[in-house]
Amino acid sequence: MKLGRRTFDIVNYVLLSLMGVACLFPVLHLLAISFSGAAPVSAGEVVIWPKDFTLSAYRFTLQKAEFLTATSVSVLRVILGCSLNMLLTMLIAYPLSKESVLRFRTGYVWYFVFTMLFSGGMIPTYLVVKDLGLLDTIWALVLPGAVPIFNVVLMLNFFRGIPKELEEAAFMDGAGYVSALFRIYAPLSLPVLATTGLFTFVTHWNSWFDGLIYNNSMSHYPLSTYLQTLQVTLNLNNLTAEQVMTFIQVNQQNAKAAQIFLSLVPIIAVYPFLQRYLVQGMVIGGVKE
Amino acid sequence: MKRIRQWPLHLMLLPGVVLVFIFAYVPMAGAIIAFKKFRPSKGIWNSEWVGWENFRYVFTLPDTMQVIWNTLYISSMKIVTGLVVPIVVAIMLNEVRKLVFKRTVQTLVYLPHFLSWVIIGSILVDMLSPSGGIVNKIIVALGGSPIYFLGSNTWFPFTLVVSNIWKEFGYGTIVYLAAITAINPTLYEAARVDGAGRFRQIWHITLPGMLPVIVLMGVLSLGNVLNAGFEQVFVLYSPAVYDSGDVLDTFVYRLGFIDMQYDVSTAVGLFKSAVSFVLICVSYWLAYRYANYRIF
Repeated sequence: MKLGRRTFDIVNYVLLSLMGVACLFPVLHLLAISFSGAAPVSAGEVVIWPKDFTLSAYRFTLQKAEFLTATSVSVLRVILGCSLNMLLTMLIAYPLSKESVLRFRTGYVWYFVFTMLFSGGMIPTYLVVKDLGLLDTIWALVLPGAVPIFNVVLMLNFFRGIPKELEEAAFMDGAGYVSALFRIYAPLSLPVLATTGLFTFVTHWNSWFDGLIYNNSMSHYPLSTYLQTLQVTLNLNNLTAEQVMTFIQVNQQNAKAAQIFLSLVPIIAVYPFLQRYLVQGMVIGGVKE
Repeated sequence: MKRIRQWPLHLMLLPGVVLVFIFAYVPMAGAIIAFKKFRPSKGIWNSEWVGWENFRYVFTLPDTMQVIWNTLYISSMKIVTGLVVPIVVAIMLNEVRKLVFKRTVQTLVYLPHFLSWVIIGSILVDMLSPSGGIVNKIIVALGGSPIYFLGSNTWFPFTLVVSNIWKEFGYGTIVYLAAITAINPTLYEAARVDGAGRFRQIWHITLPGMLPVIVLMGVLSLGNVLNAGFEQVFVLYSPAVYDSGDVLDTFVYRLGFIDMQYDVSTAVGLFKSAVSFVLICVSYWLAYRYANYRIF
């Protein structure tokens, strides 16, 4: 019996360690390639430790105009997109959390939730973005997803758990809804604000498909879309001459790895915070009475 | 509490309502081009009606049935593995007594969820390459012959499913771990007193304790039957594996953006949206009926 328990523990620890390693390995592999010389990389000699250590891939990347432009597009997108997402999420979640006060509440809720259940599809959405003249502007990447319904639901459920007496006292003192939202609800909702904020950040930073279809010119691509065009699996026939040129220039594996790794830095930087609030926000937001 | 003013609340909702109207409801109306012969010069509203013609055309294409089959095949394998693997890993994590170890593993396995398919795709292309990719080097070292994971129709769906497990299994454990913490610890004490070992405790206490959440997740995944994972397929596939890897969403993309057949592409998209809508409604109804689940 005792022996069985020990065997179980050992097997369990070994398997879980392997899973952990399997999840980290590709990132380490990438990092090792980015610091290695071109020759050992193309010979497939690099595993998780750099060979012929060099910083040339990073030097090359940081001087590349396309990489820097794409990064600046991504930064702008994250700043605009996240502020807009957070503001709208709060402005929608607050009234919807007032079950007995807000008139037509059910109507509003269905209006928003229905968009999670049904969509017009890729082309009709593209045509709307195009007809509004948003192609090749940052707004095409920010406005179509400006209302993240899932985050609204999370925040709405969190707001419901905040005691009404707090804001009623503020109303007595002459406060309005807006100051109740930003002065009472927001400070009490830090876990859910952190969760939704981090989700929004990751979503905007990682999104690439909208960047691909809503831009005609590569100079408007956000970083993740730009990285997608570097992919070897790409059918060269679908590329413009401009794209083929870039493709040839950067098809050095180590340069590609350096660019990918640099694009991961923000995600890795927020990851510890992301993880802390992840479970908390999901569990609290999902709780219903 | 006295009835307080209504209009500021409605005013707060207004910007969100307008944006959702423009970017969600207008495209829904625009989806009528599925029933029209779309001419860019005439626009959505003035193009002429053709009834079900676009749908009829799509179903005469030889690829369509294959695409639907691929979608169902890939998504159902993803749904099943997406349920089973996280459940098993959550139970394994729950059996770990060393908290530092447990936290470390959790930190590592949640990570891939936050990497985009573009990143994972590029890493996979390098790692799975038949010439010099690390995976094939290992296979060759073990005496096998190299496998073209991303270029062979036999291996491609399998590669999709496994890489999807790799990306999502850790994140999937969160909900089950939360369910396990809700189990009353005295049940385990009672079982130990009765002489139950680890496996019996897992089988008779942990699993039944997780069952409501398992049922809920299973039912909700029904809505994904037509979602084979657009971004993943898009970054990993190539014409060589269309036979096994082309799915509804990539088909819609190519019909629309490569072939420029806006109306036909919209018809396929609308077909997918409509079927998914029915499936989602059924799954939510089942979840509400049997797991007492409400989204809001």
